[in-house]
Parts: sequence; C-alpha cells; structure tokens
Amino acid sequence: MSIDGQSATGPDQSARPTAGATGLRRAVVVGGNRIPFARAGGAYAKSSNQDMLTAALDGLIARFGLQDERLGEVAAGAVLKHSRDFNLTREAVLGSALSAETPAYDLQQACATGLETVVGLSNKIKLGQIDSAIAGGVDSASDAPVVVSEGLREVILDLNRAKTLPQRLQILSRLRPKDLAPLAPGTAEPRTGLSMGEHQALTTAQWKVSREAQDELALNSHRNLAAAYEAGFFDDLITPYRGLSRDGNMRADTSAEKLASLKPVFGRNLGADATMTAGNSTPLTDGASTVLLASDEWADARDLPKLASVVDAEAAAVDFVHGKDGLLMAPVFAVPRLLARHNLTLADIDYFEIHEAFAATVLSTLAAWEDEEFGRTRLGLDGALGKVDRSRLNVNGSSLAAGHPFAATGGRIVASLAKLLHAKGSTDGRPARGLVSVCAAGGLGVVAILESV
Amino acid sequence: MADKYTQLVNQGLGKNVAKRLGLPQPALLRRYHPGQPLIPGPVVIQGDSAAADKLGTELLSWDLDIRRHAVPGEQLGAIILVLDEVERPEDLGRTVLSAAASLRDLAPSGRVLTVSRPAAEAVSPAAAAARQGIDGLLRSLAKELRAGATGNGILLAEGVDITSPSALGAVRFFLSGRSAFVDGQFLKISDAGGTLPQDADIPLAGKVAVVTGAARGIGAQIARTLHRDGATLVVVDLPAAGDHLAAVANEVKGTALQLDITRADAGQRIIDHAVQRHGRLDIVIHNAGITRDKLLANMDPARWDSVININIAAQLRINEALLASEHFSQSPRIVTVASTSGIAGNRGQTNYAASKGGVMGMVRATAPLLAEAGGTINAVAPGFIETEMTARIPLAIRETARRLNSLKQGGQPADVAETIAFLASDSAGGISGEVLRVCGQNLVGA
Repeated sequence: MSIDGQSATGPDQSARPTAGATGLRRAVVVGGNRIPFARAGGAYAKSSNQDMLTAALDGLIARFGLQDERLGEVAAGAVLKHSRDFNLTREAVLGSALSAETPAYDLQQACATGLETVVGLSNKIKLGQIDSAIAGGVDSASDAPVVVSEGLREVILDLNRAKTLPQRLQILSRLRPKDLAPLAPGTAEPRTGLSMGEHQALTTAQWKVSREAQDELALNSHRNLAAAYEAGFFDDLITPYRGLSRDGNMRADTSAEKLASLKPVFGRNLGADATMTAGNSTPLTDGASTVLLASDEWADARDLPKLASVVDAEAAAVDFVHGKDGLLMAPVFAVPRLLARHNLTLADIDYFEIHEAFAATVLSTLAAWEDEEFGRTRLGLDGALGKVDRSRLNVNGSSLAAGHPFAATGGRIVASLAKLLHAKGSTDGRPARGLVSVCAAGGLGVVAILESV
Repeated sequence: MADKYTQLVNQGLGKNVAKRLGLPQPALLRRYHPGQPLIPGPVVIQGDSAAADKLGTELLSWDLDIRRHAVPGEQLGAIILVLDEVERPEDLGRTVLSAAASLRDLAPSGRVLTVSRPAAEAVSPAAAAARQGIDGLLRSLAKELRAGATGNGILLAEGVDITSPSALGAVRFFLSGRSAFVDGQFLKISDAGGTLPQDADIPLAGKVAVVTGAARGIGAQIARTLHRDGATLVVVDLPAAGDHLAAVANEVKGTALQLDITRADAGQRIIDHAVQRHGRLDIVIHNAGITRDKLLANMDPARWDSVININIAAQLRINEALLASEHFSQSPRIVTVASTSGIAGNRGQTNYAASKGGVMGMVRATAPLLAEAGGTINAVAPGFIETEMTARIPLAIRETARRLNSLKQGGQPADVAETIAFLASDSAGGISGEVLRVCGQNLVGA
C-alpha cells in the first residue's frame, strides 16, 4: 500500500474478477465517427457545439445504417458549454437521423468527458440496462461562451425581482463601468490561477523533460497521423465537415528544425529551462467525435462489425493544488491500479494511446513510470512500473497533430484504438490489448483498457 | 424542376408570347410517381400479327383501356405499332398509316411505341430492309411528336415473345413516366430471361444495391430512386465527399461507404460491406465519373490518366471482383453510366469520350460473362442533364445545349435514375449488353 493515500492495488488484490468473469456481458465498440478537427477560429469558427455534435452523429448513423433506430442511450458533453446547451446531447439527437425516442444525457469531466461517456455507457451495456449506445464529445474553442461580470449578473437578477420603478432605479445605480466588460472563458485552474500550460511547465521541469524529446514526440505525432491518412486508416472513422476532410492542425511537412525554431510559450519564468512551445503543445481546437457501443447480441442482430471490447476503466485524481503532483499526472496513478486489477504489466499492452495534452505530459508520465523511487514511494510497487515500448505509443498520431477539442478527444482515441486492435487481432489466443490514458483539468485522469474482438 | 424557360413558357403570358414569336415550347414532362396511372388515356395497338393480339390481352390485364381501332377525336395515351412480322418494306405502310390518323389525338406526354425484330437477324434482304426501315421511321416520328410525347422502339430478338418478362417490362417502362426523357431510342430484348415484379410499385424489394459517386447529383438521385423502388442502398463516394454522402445515406436509410473506387481493393471492399452489413449484393451502379476537359493538343497526363482511371479502369477492376465473387451470382445486375459524348464525340473531351466509349465496349463484352449467373450489364448514356455540373456551363452554351433535342429541354437526374432502376430490375433480365440513351433524342450522336 502506498504511503500517501494514492492506493495502488498490490498483486495480492489483483484477483478481483474482470467484467467478463463476473458473468456480466461484454460491451463492444462497433465503430466511430468524428468530424476533422479544426484549429480554433478556422473552418468551424461559426459552428456551434450542437452543429458539430449533430454532424458527427449523422456521419455515424450513415456509416452504420442507424436511421430511425431507437438506441439505448446517447451520452456526450462539452467542456466549454453555453448555458443554453443544458441539454446539448438530447438536442443533437433530435436533430439527427436517429429515432426521436432515443434518450440522451450530458456529461462533463473536463478533457476526460469523451472517455468517461464510453466508460459509463459500456457499464450500462455490461449490466444489461441498455443494448446500444453512442458515446461522444464536442468542443468549440471558437464559439466559446462569453460571460458577463458578476456585478452585472447580480444587477440583472435583482432587476428581475424588483417590483417598482424606484426599486429598479436604485438597483441600476449600483452598476459601475467595469461591470460592463464581458469575461472571456479562461483555461486557468480556479484554485491556482495557473493555466494548464504553466502547470505542465512545472511538471516538465520537475521530470527534466528535454526540449528535444518533446519536439521529437510532436514530430512523430504529425508523421504518424499523416501516414495514417495516406493509408486510408481514417476512411471509415471520419466524415468531412464544412470543407475540411483532414485535421486542420496536422502539419505533414513539419520537421525537427521547424519545431526547434519555435520560442517557448509556457514556463518562460524558468529561463533557459523553458521548453514548451506552440509546436509541442496542443492548440485550441474545434471538433466532435462519436463511438457506437453495443452488446454482442445487438451488433450481431444488425450484422454490425465488432472491433474491440471495453474491458475496464479507472479514474484517478491528484492534489496539484498543494503541489504534491503535477496537474496532469493523475493517469500515472490510474494506470498501475488498472493494470494490477487485471494482472497485467505495461509489456502486456500492444498499443498505448496516451493523450498528448502537451508532449511533455506524455513524457513526464513515461518518466514517472520508469522511476524506481517514484514506483516504490508513490505507486506502492517494488520498483518502477516499467517502460512503454515507444513503437507502440500513439502509432497513428495523437492530439499534438490532430488537435484537441477537449471533450471530443476521448471518442477520437477510442474509435481509432478499437480499429487498430481489431486489425491486429489475437495472437496465440491472446487478444490485442490497448491502453487509453487521458489527463484532465482539476488534476483528473481517466484510463481504460480495450481488447480486440 | 424544369428549367426557368420551360416553366415560363408553360404558363399564362409566357406561353402566349412564346407561341406568337415561334420560340421553342418545351413541355412539362410527365414523370413517374408511385401510384399514378401507368398512362393517361387509352392505348391503341396497331398491327395484325399474333403479337399484337397477345400484347392487347396482356395490357388489358394491367387494367389499361385498350383499343384495336382508334376513335377519331378521342385523346390517346399511347399508340403501339406491332411490326414484328414485316417481311418487305411494303408491309410497313398499312400499320403505319392506320396509326397516322391518331397522332393528332395523342395526349401531352403520350407515347408511340414500335415492336419489331432486329434487322441484323433478318433472313432476307427484304426483311432486313423492312426492319431497318422501322429504325428510320421511328426516329423521324419521334421528332414530329409534340407536347412531351415520345417515340421509342422495342426490338425482340428472334424467338423472343412479346409476352416475355423483359418485353413486357420494357413496354411498361416506355409507357410510364419513368421514360420521360428517353426519346427516339430502341431497346433490344435479347432473351426470355427476367421475372416480373410481384408489386410493380416496389420492383426492387429485397435487393441490395451499391451506387458509386452517390454523394451528389445524378448518383444521389439514383440512390433515392432505387430506395423508392424498394432496394436497400450502399452509397459510395470519396472520403472527401463523406458529408454529402452521409446526408444521402441517411435520406435513403442505407449505409455510407467512404471509398476511393480507384483503390486496387475497391471491388472487394464493396462486396464485403454489402454482404457483411446487408447479407447480399444484387445490383451495382457504376455512376462515379469525372470530367477534366482540355483540347487534346493541350492535354496533360494527369488529366488524361485520372479520367481513364476513374471512369473506366476502376469499373473494369470492380467488375472483375464482382464476377469472381460467389456473392454476386443470383441474377446480378450491373448498370453503368456512359455518355452521349462517348457516342458522338465532344470537342475538348477526348479523354472523357475515350472513357465513356470504353464503358460501352466493356458493357458489350461483359454481358456474356455475366449471363452464366443469369446476370445482366447495361449502360445508360445521358445527354444534357440539369445538374450542379451542367449548371456551371456558361449560360449561352448551356441554353443551346439543353434545347438541342426533340424535347427542347435538359433532362433531370431522375430521368437517368429511372432508366437505371428499370435496367437494374428483375423484369430487365432479358436485356444485356445494351446502351440506352436518356437524352430527349439529342440531335448529336446516333
């Protein structure tokens, strides 16, 4: 047991049965669809979250012939969300070609939103509560909500409650010019005031992640994504939208030199140790993704493909507020717990999908897992968790190249990974196994294991 | 929708002005909608062969109003000239002239239909002359018809009876609004194959059909028409056209397959998708095609090669996969889109015409290969069709092009789609290796 309250499950407790062994049925990934991701202010500058989510849904419906189907449930969410979008997912369903009798709910867990919808809906399928579902997520950094100041908001609400003219005038007199300035949404952590990039810069420095290593990871992301497009890998994972048929952020022709020429944008107070640039950090992005989940029976009855099963998932959180761990380091703790529960090690994983919030996030995570001291003192292991085989990491690119519309990233990863796993298939009776890791604001992290079907 | 000029001259003031000035007066064509009467008015059958009697009996069973003699002054839906037994040119006159008096009574969008035998199969020079004479007669008569009426001919191969499924299927097609823009054309019935549908309103019920190039234009309309006729659709187009394709798939309640048809494995991917998702594959419509126009003197390899590759080479590769597949063996149907450019030629389209000529050659040579499985392959050759593509032609050229046919208007995507749906149906099982033009009897070409 770890000494700091991060309870890593030791081998003695790892015999806890997996979903399959408990008699629960499987939840399988049938396929996915997303719209190409666009840089904020780009091709989707005028598209709302509802527009994009509906488009992603309709592409999925078209791919799998789900017109007029009443699905068990659709769950999706957005991180940057207008108050008018209180029922975003249901509204998107109503605007789609699905049966209007398909229920839906919104979910929000920062950047883990998309993955958490997959986890939650898979669990419902495993429990037999539903037979089919669509998980998804959407985000627009372009069409973000703009909020009025607290002062103005209070005045407006009080005015609404006022009954007489003098009362109204008295309330209005409280207004000050500064109250009229709108507030743009910030990505700063509410408890620290630091942006995500500044938080990561601290972690990057702590784990001594080099600029070269970050740029190399970014370069691989672009190259892998471009190669996947060329191979037609995304032909049945993406439906074009608003004139875009490939991710707008992808730079197939970028080079180590170009990436090395960029100036640091985060951690500049670190001076020479500042390593994080626009090239090795994800840009603000617009986009939406969806994943079709089902029970075996439901998929079979409709002659639908079955790519992978959603085996299990684990959430974690870290105390970044007091500086105990880096903001984006929760998956570092979630993964060992999940692996232990299934008697697995990093060597048992065929594909790693570690969300590239920043290149340094991935590299800090890998560094922590390779650290003997950290493994013993923080993860409660005998030593280091282990090394991730880099040839198995983000093989078709990840967020640095594709972009990162916060809530849409989980769906992007799950659909791509499921297709990869299905293509690899079983080896000597052992299914291909994939690990998804997504970090999120608030010190959150959600990780999951998928297996080929 | 008819073009703006056609709309204008079909109402009030515009109609009057066009008439007084002697301007072209294209008619609003009768087009098919499920449930509408097959033909608006009685059908006169002229001719004294046994086939004429048999056809009359058959059409009576379709609840049509059949006449063997026209009553002058009574508006007619169609006139059918049965000339299958003519032996000498002199034999034509009696039947043709007895029909002549009825022509003025033909209703708007009425039909003239000839039934005869192919000249190439005649046993004597005189019989060949008589049969070939019908060709010239019909093509001229079609040009004399007015108000959206059309004339077409059915050629019964030796030994094929007028009551064979495809002969009757062709009669139904030509009488109906499905053939609105088919004019001055002959369709050969090769054999007695095919079966008539249980329900004429959904002749493609139970069939799984693939349409390439289905994201927009004629391809999207083909998908809609096949869906209306009862088929389950797989719509195919380039990944980059996926958003439009998804919209079409959702409209016709089929599945979208984003696929570049020039990929080496395109045929297999189409078969796999259809069989895995829908359990079978019955119909493939090769509609995907591009134009990259340039005078040959200015042609570059990229323009030439892309047109050849997409318009014909890809079809050949896909057909090879289809022919080799056990899943494409139960009366399968291939219908491909040729073009009048491939028949008559078109300046600036050497690459396109080569590819479309190639399509017609492919159709003829593939027909015997498919026959073993009871399958057929045919082509439609559209003339000027009102699409997004032709809307980009400069106005003056466009306006000339669309009036250069007997119906004095461009066709609609639906006209091409209706013809394809007919050729894809079970009732067209006796028709193979044919090219049917959907061109309003365009003045260029054959």
